[in-house]
Amino acid sequence: MSLYVDKHRPSELKQLTHSKSLTSQLMKLGSSLDLPHLLIYGPSGVGKKTRILALLKQIFGNSVEKIKIDQRVFQTPAGKRLELVVCSSNYHIEITPSDVGIYDRVVVQDLIKELAQTQQVDVNSKRSFKVVVINEAHNLSKDAQHGLRRTMEKYMGNLRVILCSNSTSRILSPIRSRCLLIRVASPSINEICDILFEISEKECLNLPEKLSQRIAVYCNGNLRRALLILECLRVKQFPLSSDMEIVTTDWEDFLESVALMIVEEQSPQRLLLVRGKLYEALAHCIPAEVILKTLTLLILEKIDDNFKVEFVKEAALYDHRLRLGTKHIMHLEAFVAKFMTMYKKYLVELMSDF
Amino acid sequence: MVKKSNTEAKKLNLPWIEKYRPNSIEQVSSQEEIVAVLKKALTSDNLPHMLFYGPPGTGKTSTILALAKELYGPELIKSRVLELNASDERGISVVREKIKNFAKTNVTIANKETKNSYPCPPYKIIILDEADSMTGDAQSALRRVMENYSKITRFCLICNYISRIIEPLTSRCAKFRFKPLPIDSMKGRLKFICEKENLDCRDNVIESLIKVSDGDLRKGVMFLQSASQLYKDEEIPMSAVNEISGSIPNDVVSQFLNCCLKKKFSEFKKILDKIQNEGYSGTQFLIQFQELLMENEEISSLEKSKLSIKVAQVDKSLVDGSDEYLQLMSLIAV
Repeated sequence: MSLYVDKHRPSELKQLTHSKSLTSQLMKLGSSLDLPHLLIYGPSGVGKKTRILALLKQIFGNSVEKIKIDQRVFQTPAGKRLELVVCSSNYHIEITPSDVGIYDRVVVQDLIKELAQTQQVDVNSKRSFKVVVINEAHNLSKDAQHGLRRTMEKYMGNLRVILCSNSTSRILSPIRSRCLLIRVASPSINEICDILFEISEKECLNLPEKLSQRIAVYCNGNLRRALLILECLRVKQFPLSSDMEIVTTDWEDFLESVALMIVEEQSPQRLLLVRGKLYEALAHCIPAEVILKTLTLLILEKIDDNFKVEFVKEAALYDHRLRLGTKHIMHLEAFVAKFMTMYKKYLVELMSDF
Repeated sequence: MVKKSNTEAKKLNLPWIEKYRPNSIEQVSSQEEIVAVLKKALTSDNLPHMLFYGPPGTGKTSTILALAKELYGPELIKSRVLELNASDERGISVVREKIKNFAKTNVTIANKETKNSYPCPPYKIIILDEADSMTGDAQSALRRVMENYSKITRFCLICNYISRIIEPLTSRCAKFRFKPLPIDSMKGRLKFICEKENLDCRDNVIESLIKVSDGDLRKGVMFLQSASQLYKDEEIPMSAVNEISGSIPNDVVSQFLNCCLKKKFSEFKKILDKIQNEGYSGTQFLIQFQELLMENEEISSLEKSKLSIKVAQVDKSLVDGSDEYLQLMSLIAV
């Protein structure tokens, strides 16, 4: 038995539910003989991947779904051996070059170029090109992206590239100017509700209206998350009732408590306590960037409107440092300490005004 | 027969940026000075080492490829021109082996037919595309190679940022700066393509295409093709231009700017959430934000300058890979 997310994933373009106008454009793209390079971007969990697979199916027919997975071995110029998992069908190949970290350039230079230089073997195929789907394109290093530039132009007869990315900020402008940009927006709350209803009908769950509204608001546009929550709730209690509590993840509860600690009291002792908690979070493999962002959003809910402006400025600063630096705990701690001093000062000033 | 139809189909499938790449220097849009200099090179036997630099989509690669075609013709070009770009391994070892070996081989002799129809000057050309992504070491290794074999080999370096090419290399080359294309020549080229492709495209659509492509002809052509594919057999609506180029509706940006100035946090956050959920790109947003900021006459220059500094900081952070949401949020704090 598979998860709802996979089980009810639309496999054809006409089954897609939200962003109708986009769907009709994709249909046109899929039915024409030609296809430009695509750069598909949007927040996570809105169905970028689903759209790519559906588009491929539209273009090449059912045989795209016959996928084989194999491991490719590469050798870096320095002689290091790398392994990369590759999913491929006769017509397309799907890779995540950022899996191999800074060596993604080698993957681009070897694998994609090798593919690009060979022609489509299948004579019966309607299209003369193959498609390379690159996942997590925002994590591609600069070198790898430079490597893509000429390959994308030179071998366009044999190859189309579909980049799937969370944002276009980290994609080089020469790459962007070679692609057709396709933005996938999050579904609205009503659309999420509709989808939830549809699926619960298929699964014979009796989903109360109120609960679906709450799930839709909570998941913040992330459809995948909404479906996972629905499934979680079903496992927890069946039949569903409208006043059920939405299951939050452990780490969110944990960070919520940390945020509360920070706002409650600002003192060196408290900082020490928080530090311990942060270490714990890091030790449980929660990425430091996520910790910082979540903490910021949680703290923002708890403080005065007047203070928020100053605070977000610092949050942005520490987020930037966190990305550049290597030792995460230092920046997280500095962030908390900075907030504490600023907030304390703000509170003291507020008191003295009275 | 099958083969022929295959190649024909392939030609049909070619993206327009390749299909309409200029075949001769004469056809290169704009860049008059460069074209004039290179035309002289066609008639004489001499050509300096060259360094082309300028923003993307201004015709750097097209120009050198067109020049090579005109100099050597389709046959000889295979043995006389070596093109390396960032998709090839270009570390120091490649410079030492591949480039050096090619540079030192003697010039192949042209057969009579080509000799009569093309100038065929007695040197080879090595094109190093995207040279700014070469390492400093590899660039230094080029220095002597360029000098030693200058009798039989010419180099053409192509890059976006001349500052990333080391000084000793730039001083060995004749520098050509490619300017962003003026509106008129872009319009001419796009119209030409429309005509060839039997595409019905209104003037104002072309104009807005040009505006969003910002002097980058490749972008313009790419957008035009995407638009024609998305709206097959229909007229291309104006709204399509925004969507294809990934730009954000102006009213969203101006709302954001207003809230930014008024410092109303809750409203501000709502708009930001919307931007995030719609999936608009952070850098694109910054570009449009900056534009609107500059055009707005109600904002004092002091405030403008402060916001601009902040925009620059945010941009840097985004390039370094920071979280878009947090960074854009910090725009309110000026």
